[in-house]
Amino acid sequence: MIPAAFDYVAPDSLDGAIKALVDGGEDAKLLAGGHSLIPLMKLRLAAPSLLVDIRKLPGLRGVQRQNGNWRIGALTTHSELEFSPELGVVAEVAATIADRQVRNRGTIGGSLAHGDSASDLPTAMLICEAEVTLQGSSGQRTLPAADLFQDYLTTAVGADEVLTEIRVPALDGYGHAYQKFTRRAEDWAMVGVCAAVKVADGVVADARVGLTNMASVPLRATAVEDALRGQPATAESFAAAAEQAADGTNPPADLNASSEYKQHLARVLTRRALSEAAGE
Amino acid sequence: MSVQDAPAPSGHVGREVPRKEDPALITGKGRYVDDIALPGMLWASFVRSPEAHAKIVSIDASAAAQRPGIRAVFTGEDMADIGGPLPLAWAPPGVEIANPPHWPLARGEVNHVGDPVAVVIGDERYAVVDAAEDVLVEYESLPVVVDPEAAIAGAPFVHEELGSNQVHKWTQAGGDVEAGFAEADVIVERRVVNHRVTGAPIECRGVLADYRAGSLTLYSATQVPHFVRLFMALLLGLSEDQVRVIAPDVGGGFGQKLQVYGEELTACWASRKLGVPIKWIETRTENMAVGHQGRDQIARVRMGATKDGRIIAWHVEILADLGAYNMLLTPLIPSLGAFVMGGCYDIPNVRTDIIGVFTNKCPTDAIRGAGRPEAAHMVEVTLEQLAHELGVDPVEIRRRNFIPKERFPADVATGVTYDSGDYHASLDKLLQHVDLPAFRAEQVRLREQGIYRGIGFSTWTEICGLAPTRLFGPTGLGVQAGFWESALVRVHNTGAVTVYSGTSPHGQGLDTAFAQIAADKLGVDFDAIEVIHGDTSLGPEGRNTYGSRSLASGGEAVAKAVDKVVDKAKAIVAAQLEAAAEDIEVVDGQFRVKGSPDKGMALADVAGAAYVGDVPDGMEPGLEETTFYHPDNYVFPFGAHACVVDVDPDTGRIKVVRYVAVDDCGNPVNPLLIDGQIHGGVVHAIGQALYERIQYDAEGQLVTGTFVDYALPTAAEIPSFETDRTVTPSPVNSMGVKGVGEAGTIAGSAAVTNAVIDALRPLGVDYINMPLTPMRVWEAIRKADGTEVAR
Repeated sequence: MIPAAFDYVAPDSLDGAIKALVDGGEDAKLLAGGHSLIPLMKLRLAAPSLLVDIRKLPGLRGVQRQNGNWRIGALTTHSELEFSPELGVVAEVAATIADRQVRNRGTIGGSLAHGDSASDLPTAMLICEAEVTLQGSSGQRTLPAADLFQDYLTTAVGADEVLTEIRVPALDGYGHAYQKFTRRAEDWAMVGVCAAVKVADGVVADARVGLTNMASVPLRATAVEDALRGQPATAESFAAAAEQAADGTNPPADLNASSEYKQHLARVLTRRALSEAAGE
Repeated sequence: MSVQDAPAPSGHVGREVPRKEDPALITGKGRYVDDIALPGMLWASFVRSPEAHAKIVSIDASAAAQRPGIRAVFTGEDMADIGGPLPLAWAPPGVEIANPPHWPLARGEVNHVGDPVAVVIGDERYAVVDAAEDVLVEYESLPVVVDPEAAIAGAPFVHEELGSNQVHKWTQAGGDVEAGFAEADVIVERRVVNHRVTGAPIECRGVLADYRAGSLTLYSATQVPHFVRLFMALLLGLSEDQVRVIAPDVGGGFGQKLQVYGEELTACWASRKLGVPIKWIETRTENMAVGHQGRDQIARVRMGATKDGRIIAWHVEILADLGAYNMLLTPLIPSLGAFVMGGCYDIPNVRTDIIGVFTNKCPTDAIRGAGRPEAAHMVEVTLEQLAHELGVDPVEIRRRNFIPKERFPADVATGVTYDSGDYHASLDKLLQHVDLPAFRAEQVRLREQGIYRGIGFSTWTEICGLAPTRLFGPTGLGVQAGFWESALVRVHNTGAVTVYSGTSPHGQGLDTAFAQIAADKLGVDFDAIEVIHGDTSLGPEGRNTYGSRSLASGGEAVAKAVDKVVDKAKAIVAAQLEAAAEDIEVVDGQFRVKGSPDKGMALADVAGAAYVGDVPDGMEPGLEETTFYHPDNYVFPFGAHACVVDVDPDTGRIKVVRYVAVDDCGNPVNPLLIDGQIHGGVVHAIGQALYERIQYDAEGQLVTGTFVDYALPTAAEIPSFETDRTVTPSPVNSMGVKGVGEAGTIAGSAAVTNAVIDALRPLGVDYINMPLTPMRVWEAIRKADGTEVAR
């Protein structure tokens, strides 16, 4: 790898990191696991003047339960999530990311702050209705996941902000599934469907369905969710609701899939994800 | 003879000897070009065209030249003193080839993305890559042609001065195909695409050129150091003895390093110009764009048969997209398939017509299999369609058409003589592993559960072991060289043995195979044998490694050189022990007199006598021998492969669930190496069939330039392979061996494709061109749905 020249700092405090970002100006970039930024630098599609490596920041790693929420430090790796089965859908989704080497280095904070439309954790955050904590030079704020993702590779994280923590409501009592469709095991999702379903007395009490790579940001398939609530938790219900999975979407075509094929996949994968989540 | 019937080998040959190359390589002690540094060495980086077709209006290197650590920037005009453009080594008698000059650095015009236009030389690697971005090249865009069918139809032209995009026309015909079709009861037609792929060696290309005091040493990650030496000498005005080319450890080639590249020449030229060593190490991004690519053939195929399933006519018309320039063997490659276009089958009328066409893309050339995977794919997928249309089982139709073993050596309609074959035995053995009736029953059961499982076969042969010069060389096919192979075997004073081979292996494990051969014949310890290759200053002139030739040609040369050493040793021993030379035998590491097991000499003692001159009158001292072995035919390995896939009809996703390969490469020297080659070769084939594809957009921009977009399969996509063998020794060489390096690649893509079609026939799908991506499969199912009933 031969990137363009850059400076590098590894501050040992959050304040130090924020100050470095402010001082570094608009070409300063935060470096966490590096699995989004470094490939771009390798191709010279990104040429930051300064990398602010946050690996030394204290207290940004690990998972704790508090008041019905999971508090996940931004530097927690995909592997750590994958091997925390109590996280439910988050663990399941994390286990599908790329390959073992990437999961050992890549972090949840990096993935969310980068906002690649084909990445997996943003969709899980969306259906869990998670919130992220951002710390910047003008203080701290929290933001719902739905507001974090704005466009391709564009999130609400400010140039001087560090995403420090993710608060994920524990979906106790929900079954979950992530149907990720790829050509190869390690690939980005061609389409992914993340589902969490709560069933009571054979009836769908709540259903949440998120779509990966169907738009510039992760989407909720609200038509599917609305159609299912109160319906019997049967394969037939799921199949009928799944037909609406791509409604209102206009996914961009890419090398592997036309827009039409992605919409088809969204319907098939939604049906499968719902059935799997409900244990049908 | 089957493997189970074979006698247990008494020596090293035939045994699963672990690779002697591996301890160094797997402990990080390999020495690749990038591991080599020379004092005062500078680095090179190439400025490459971002445009697919453009005139170069101006090049302004002033900003780059002023950057710290930059020593020089050169353009194509600076290299005006080289002896000519980059070589094309194919000149088929009676065939005209359009061959516009291909310069190491572009002169006036660029013709594909990545075409080099300048080189920046400086103190360290990062500095030169940064500086290359500061070389300002003004381009005037020219019309781009990417689609080969559009390119052959007319303007725009890649090379305007030619007034056409046609490179050449070439035909191989045996019998009379039109007469055959006239008698056919059924004719199957297809448009078969063998799409463009790349070799993707784990080590990209790299060179370190060191010109000093009138001679040049070039370290290069190449498969062909002797060819590189020849052309460096010719193009730089040096004699061959002034040029030494060293291929150190080379991390795979897959044909991509069977080439004489402009970067090699530029580094050598710049080293002479500046008087310092110059190093260039290719990045993956460069390799994907400019390491030569392969396949890219669109074929109209027509197969005619009688109603009882005898193939009587087979006509293939290939449009070969050769990219922007002819490189070393570019237009030759499709022709290599023509000689085995009839496959394993007794087809009286076979014709292959090839048209090569220029496009604004990276040039194609040899990639593992080189023409033969395309041919095997065409014949095997068309044959299974023929079987379907006739209502004959795909296994049965093969049996009806196989060339029977009694016919070998068999003259075939494609003008060559297949040296050996027992295709029925190979297929029979495959079916010992694959219980076809049980599979068919299970297939029906699974379909009822919505699982579309299919089985596909490929019974294949190929032409390798290059080569008999009379057929392959200047007056035959027209490749401008002789294709023998050399070996030098030296027994040292101490009895240690060094084998020098003119081949240049780069991952195949031939050090091990050659040492096995020598160890058995000399009766010495395998570990005491050193194998050296890939250095033009060590050992005799060689013809290097490609086309599955290194064992059948190079191994045979080693065997013959060792035989000469043994003969001399026997004469020395006979004189020492006062026996007749023909009574000396090699047993347990001793040269012994037959019938007198206590009378003998170890090889070390023989060598001692040889080097002190204690040899029979008239015999020269020393104990080393050289051979140039010139095969009088190609060798034709063959086999029978079966692939089982599951297709998800809802998504089009394919999973390879089983792959069985029965191969016949003659007498096995090392089954471990054979299995390794088959495994890798089949992965390559699965990659082509399902995953890998080099794609350009309409502007000629490469859109699969990384391993994210160019989908090399990984372990997760590949099943555990089941391999077995039959053994039909080649009569061409004394060891009875045939090549195996390309076998899996040649066999595999048809087996995978046929399996997918077999799975989807109930849905009305009868063909899909590679790569069988999920979307293509889904589209084929959707298009066919209800339009054809299952037969």
